[in-house]
Amino acid sequence: MSAVASNTVITARNLRKAYRSKLALNDTSFDIEAGRIIGLIGPNGAGKTTALKAILGLVPFEGDLKVLGMDPRKQRDELMNDVCFIADVAVLPRWIKVKEAIDFVDGIHPRFDRAKCERFIANTQLNPNLRVREMSKGMIVQLHLALVMAIDAKLLVLDEPTLGLDILYRKQFYQRLLEDYFDEQKTIIITTHQVEEIEHILTDVMFIRDGKIVLTAAMDEVADRYTEVLASADNVEAARALKPIDERSLPFGKTVMLFDGAPREQLAAFGETRNPGLADLFVAIMKGTYA
Amino acid sequence: MNAVTTHNHKTNTFKWLLKREFWENRGGFLWAPVITGAIVSLLTLVLAVIGLVRFNQSHAGDSMRFDGSLAEHARQIGGIGDTALLVGISLTTLVLAFVVFFYALGCLYDDRRDRSVLFWKSLPASDLQMVLSKASWALLLAPIISIVVGVAIGIVLWVIIGAAAALAGMPNASAIFTHANPFSVIGNTLTIVPVYLLWALPAVGWLMLCSAWARSKPFLWAVLLPVLACVMVSMVGILPGTDINYGRIWYTLVYRGLMSVVPGSWAPASSAFENNMQHAQNSDIQGPADLMRLMNVSNLDVLGSADLWIGAAIGAAFIALAIYLRRWRELAD
Repeated sequence: MSAVASNTVITARNLRKAYRSKLALNDTSFDIEAGRIIGLIGPNGAGKTTALKAILGLVPFEGDLKVLGMDPRKQRDELMNDVCFIADVAVLPRWIKVKEAIDFVDGIHPRFDRAKCERFIANTQLNPNLRVREMSKGMIVQLHLALVMAIDAKLLVLDEPTLGLDILYRKQFYQRLLEDYFDEQKTIIITTHQVEEIEHILTDVMFIRDGKIVLTAAMDEVADRYTEVLASADNVEAARALKPIDERSLPFGKTVMLFDGAPREQLAAFGETRNPGLADLFVAIMKGTYA
Repeated sequence: MNAVTTHNHKTNTFKWLLKREFWENRGGFLWAPVITGAIVSLLTLVLAVIGLVRFNQSHAGDSMRFDGSLAEHARQIGGIGDTALLVGISLTTLVLAFVVFFYALGCLYDDRRDRSVLFWKSLPASDLQMVLSKASWALLLAPIISIVVGVAIGIVLWVIIGAAAALAGMPNASAIFTHANPFSVIGNTLTIVPVYLLWALPAVGWLMLCSAWARSKPFLWAVLLPVLACVMVSMVGILPGTDINYGRIWYTLVYRGLMSVVPGSWAPASSAFENNMQHAQNSDIQGPADLMRLMNVSNLDVLGSADLWIGAAIGAAFIALAIYLRRWRELAD
């Protein structure tokens, strides 16, 4: 199988899903390769969560979708052996104890590595008899992450996994994921609004807007394609002729301009150039979303 | 498939789903009957002690006199033992009715409300298995625990009453132990298990369906829907020219749809129980033993009624629908 199998983990073609009158997925198509960490980024209500729920077989939708070669609508039970997700913070049941959660996942998940999970737990303040209702939000996420990271899944989906956590827990969360979990056999899809915090761990990025994928690129392609220029006041007009996709003023007359596809040597004439941050790129591409 | 680091180990999903239900609902399944039994046993003990003290104060030196047939007397006294046992079992099965009602109503709703359903659904357990594990608790495992605890409480009450009677100097008090029929009582109690499974199925199925379906307030949907439907039909009946069998409708929707979670609620559908009641005349009942003869009827004959089987089939259909809803229904409010 491995010889023929392409490296594609997810193939989505023309996905459609409407809530009442609003389209959450509007002919959405994309492919996701194995061994990548993909950031799915979009404004509120853009269809991120719906796309993830479709991948996880949690909502009905129209269109063609194959996840690890399976249709999540029809083969969800089988699929969940290889897919894991953290849907949101604090979805662990409040009554469960740490040891019960470990026993349960160990009892029903064929790919759960109990020793690994216990090793992760040992590095935290969690103890076996602690109940979820007695934990802080950060501790709940630590437990959830320990459970999920001990599962040898092929695809891990994280929907706003660090919402409401303080910066220490957020940093630790992504650090753990990168150091102790991710390898070239695994694929991770993350949605979050805290773009700056994950951009250094992503290999790929997908921007979604109004149910459509508006940008999908590897992070190094993004660096090649987009350039930010710090233009001084007297260069602004000349730079504008190259049609920046976004510009914003800084104090002391400087202007930051974002260019799509313009050659960097040419831009260097107007001022200092650099790679744009994902957040700035996001803002530029999503301009007018809430207008 | 390249055999890399994947280490699969054996799993027994259904067993762990059942354990999970017990962890979450220990309070209802185990502690509710145990605590009820403990309180009742304690009260009985206190009353027995008070009774004994009073009795000894007023009858000090008297010895009880007794005339009549010794055998008949022993038989009636033995009935006290059986009654104590049956009281214990009735207590916990009454508690069971409440526990099962609220468990079935919440089991597919509560985790959608607190969003933990997203955690359960992130693991490889199918919705079919999840719903069936919950139905197994409501219909089979909770009744078994309830009966086991009930028998234990019955034995405690039996011993307290027997000891009190002996200490009070009741003639022939040992007959409470020697002339009782505990095995017959316990044997009949065990027949509750299979009958309850089938009899309570429509009510449990309906409650679980509402639990899986409701976006909010499953209690109101589950209870008001059948009750209001019956009230509406009854009101239509005020119009002249309508001929509706209200009794049947109320019986079907409310009694079978909701009240059937009460163990023993099959008595009206049981021919043996009815025969027993019809033939009983006041003069027949001379003591606890006769009362026991009336009450201690095998539950199994209700298995011959169409009522039970039709209800069970409808209940199974409700559960099938609940499994479908569990698969696709989104979070509750």
